[in-house]
Amino acid sequence: MHRIGHSRRRVLQAAGVLAGGALLHVSVRPAEATPEMMQDAVRAAIGEAPVKKGRVKLDLPPLVENGNSVPCTVSVDSPMTATDYVKAIHIFNEKNPQPNVISVKLCPRAGRANFSTRIRLADTQNITAIAEMADGSCWSDDIYVIVTLAACVEEPKP
Amino acid sequence: MIGRALIHAPATAKRGDIMEIKTLVSHVMESGYRIGVTGQPIPRDIIEDFVCTYNGEEVFRAKLYPAIAANPFISFFTVATESGTLTFSWTDQHGATRVQTAAITVE
Repeated sequence: MHRIGHSRRRVLQAAGVLAGGALLHVSVRPAEATPEMMQDAVRAAIGEAPVKKGRVKLDLPPLVENGNSVPCTVSVDSPMTATDYVKAIHIFNEKNPQPNVISVKLCPRAGRANFSTRIRLADTQNITAIAEMADGSCWSDDIYVIVTLAACVEEPKP
Repeated sequence: MIGRALIHAPATAKRGDIMEIKTLVSHVMESGYRIGVTGQPIPRDIIEDFVCTYNGEEVFRAKLYPAIAANPFISFFTVATESGTLTFSWTDQHGATRVQTAAITVE
């Protein structure tokens, strides 16, 4: 009797573990992008080129009170001559609903590889800027930004 | 519906100067991810493209996504090469366009 009770408990425990495992494996599509989605977006934008750190400076406030409008500047160390210039700059995020933020196309006539805009941030996350050079090389910079009030989820004014 | 556009660009410049150009356009940039007061999602409505041409030649182009804040502000640089017109155009997802021009004199 004791043995039966024991084994039943074991069976129930095992069933519980299985059920718990099954629950954990139920996948719900997240409302936010994931780092994998960001990697896919990066590959869609720049192809298979390897991305090296450096030459790019992504300027964002490290602590953001309101994610609805965050000033953001990207500057790239480049002479911007006819043969050595920045072709494109892309900004990506990890946790907004979509991984892309902005993609800009430059030409040697820009004179300076630098632009500014204002972006939305839905959560505390990493932001990455990638610059594509005329010779095909890609350089990046990333920054971790803490957001206290998120964008995209707030209720609109009635 | 793309609203009024503001351009801040120098009216005169020396040849070869690197000029900063600042642009601001009035637009809601509705991301499509918010829920309205009726419980229905608010439809996405964003500006997707911004192009700046200098005497007809493209000098800057940006593709915008919903992660750009309402009333998109974009600033960038270009080299003053000749007198003429800077043309700025914003196109939203429905194909509506707003065009704004700024004259520049290069000495």
